[in-house]
Amino acid sequence: MESPKPPKKKLDLNRREMPKQPHDIRSHNFDEVALGYRAETAIEEASRCLQCPSANCVETCPVEIDIPAFVECVAKGDFAEGIRILKEKNCLPAICGRVCPQEEQCEGNCSLVKKGGQIAIGRLERFLADWEACQPEMKLPEIPPPTGKRIAIVGGGPAGLTVAGDLIKLGHQVTIFEALHKMGGVLVYGIPEFRLPKAIVKREVDYLVKLGVEVVTDYVVGKTRTIDSLLEEYHAVFVGSGAGLPWFMEIPGENLNGVYSANEYLTRMNLMAGFQFPKYSTPIKEHKRVAVLGGGNVAMDCARTALRLGAESRIIYRRSRNELPARLEEIENAEEEGVIFEFLTLPTRYIGDENGWVTALECIKMRLGEPDASGRKKPIPIEGSETLYPVDAVVCAIGNSPNPLIAATTPGLEVGKKGNIVVDEATGKTAKPRVWAGGDVATGAATVILAMGAGRKAARSIHEYLCSL
Amino acid sequence: MFKVLESQMIVPNVHLLTFEAAAVSQQARPGQFVIVRPDDDGERIPLSISDWNADAHSVTVSLLNVGKTTGQIAALKAGMQIPTLVGPLGNPTEIKEYGTVLCIAGCYGIGSIYPITRALKAKGNRVFVLLEARSSYLLYWERRFEEIADKVIYVTRDGTKGLKGHAGRLPEILQSLGEPVNQIIINGCTFLLKRGSDASRPLGIPTTVSLNPIMIDGTGMCGVCRVTVGSVTKFACVHGPDFDGHLVNWEELLQRRKAYLKEEVVPLRTSRCEDHMMKA
Repeated sequence: MESPKPPKKKLDLNRREMPKQPHDIRSHNFDEVALGYRAETAIEEASRCLQCPSANCVETCPVEIDIPAFVECVAKGDFAEGIRILKEKNCLPAICGRVCPQEEQCEGNCSLVKKGGQIAIGRLERFLADWEACQPEMKLPEIPPPTGKRIAIVGGGPAGLTVAGDLIKLGHQVTIFEALHKMGGVLVYGIPEFRLPKAIVKREVDYLVKLGVEVVTDYVVGKTRTIDSLLEEYHAVFVGSGAGLPWFMEIPGENLNGVYSANEYLTRMNLMAGFQFPKYSTPIKEHKRVAVLGGGNVAMDCARTALRLGAESRIIYRRSRNELPARLEEIENAEEEGVIFEFLTLPTRYIGDENGWVTALECIKMRLGEPDASGRKKPIPIEGSETLYPVDAVVCAIGNSPNPLIAATTPGLEVGKKGNIVVDEATGKTAKPRVWAGGDVATGAATVILAMGAGRKAARSIHEYLCSL
Repeated sequence: MFKVLESQMIVPNVHLLTFEAAAVSQQARPGQFVIVRPDDDGERIPLSISDWNADAHSVTVSLLNVGKTTGQIAALKAGMQIPTLVGPLGNPTEIKEYGTVLCIAGCYGIGSIYPITRALKAKGNRVFVLLEARSSYLLYWERRFEEIADKVIYVTRDGTKGLKGHAGRLPEILQSLGEPVNQIIINGCTFLLKRGSDASRPLGIPTTVSLNPIMIDGTGMCGVCRVTVGSVTKFACVHGPDFDGHLVNWEELLQRRKAYLKEEVVPLRTSRCEDHMMKA
């Protein structure tokens, strides 16, 4: 190990690889793909950081982590201090270290990125969180005396967990209401075990509970109790109910058996542990040929899940590889594991048998035209290029709208065209007094870290409000 | 956790369970349902609410024991606890001044249509009730209905009580009432819903059915409960469960309900016989 800061450090552009399960093995199991750094590798990687004064990495972090400081701690081998710094700003580091798109955020803005040697900030974050989990005792931060102010949080996903973590540390009394039977939202029903082990989500939630956050599961705010009723008991309410309304293609045959939304397919697998049927009661079919529609991270998750269950797994995407919205890392993982990609292909109808089961997917080939409103080249159908893919399951992973339950049962909220709750971006304030919102319910389907960033801003604004009372 | 306050097999294979569920009991309305998960490895299934008592914090559901999960719930005894009972979900049945209403129910639907009947009556409607069963011994709550309804008619497949046959005899039953019916509401198995809707369609009587497709979350998140109603796809959990019976695509619904028939049998073959022992 080199000394912390030699006067002139030699530029080390060798970004340390993180070990992974070999692809031919991991494609047959649900264990985590990436295995994490060993301590020596983490120290080596962290020591490459220039500790540049500009610290551009922090600018692009939605939750404003003091990245150079925690990286320096890793370089020194002071992991306890590193995790403390990390947790000052991020109460879910084990999760963010795994699922944040660091290449677009901190790492994408690293001073070394132009030379291709950007610091693996995400891997270091993950390392610290996992290191802490192995320690005999977890250090809890000191919490100021109770303020006596009560906050209700609707939805136990990334946005809600962040708000809870921030406000409990300021001495407020926090209760999270979660509709499903497990906390974590998309982290437990959506993201598969092989990308984010559920034990890790549980660990992060348990940490919040240790800090004093009260958790109520199986409670559908909007149904079991309205926001207006919560406002009678709580000083403020934060809505982070997510983007839980799946889109379908709206093409013929969509209601055939064997056609799933990504939410259904992943929920059966992850939340309900369908892959362990019949030990767990929720059934999942043994499909032979699965087509997944879409090109985002969720589509990759579905395709890689189907593959692990022994199916021939195919991604059907209407643009080309360059336009895939998924993280490059996930695309590469999927390719290595054997997912087949059909680019420039648009499904046009599902074909079923006499018992109502899907048997084939009809698609048309596309070519790329001029860039459209999204800046990506617009796919144009090629006439007469219809192709039939034999399938026994199709998973629609083409996106989600915000779940309408809250908006429909809460007078006074302003609702946007896409069903999103309209908020002030800087504070997360809604049109309704004492109600804040953030995450996918405000933005439409986005990423875990953006939801956390929105939670952070809302927590700050809620705290200001509570202090003004 | 939700405690079982009462559990009984009211007629062969149909069970009534009352749970302690304070929050749900405060909000429940006729026609709504709950999602129940009997143990930590368990499946989430929707069950119609048959009754509730906001003061006693209790919620009652009726169910037919048909597979692993319903079997687990049926086998619960008073004092036992289950991890999940969430709701009330779905939209309540529309209770308004229809004039004369015919409520049709069979099987577990006899339970769930009871609060609907009660509310319709309280709203000032004339309410007829038609209860259907395979045989007289499968009918229950007759007295409860007779106390609140203007008339209760029975139809049994074997003719052991009331008329012989099934809900397909609706036209002559309606004629025998001697007065026009403005609205029909049906609760029960998909076959009853379909048969009743088919019979009322030519008569032009508006018919509301409470659908019961497969569900997981019950909040609109997964979309497994989608049904085609008047050529539009709806989610039964958030847009329903009540729909216009004359517009539902029944063939599709029946096929979707059968999606996991094969898997339903697996746990029966692979589980231990103690798991299937009935309560005393």
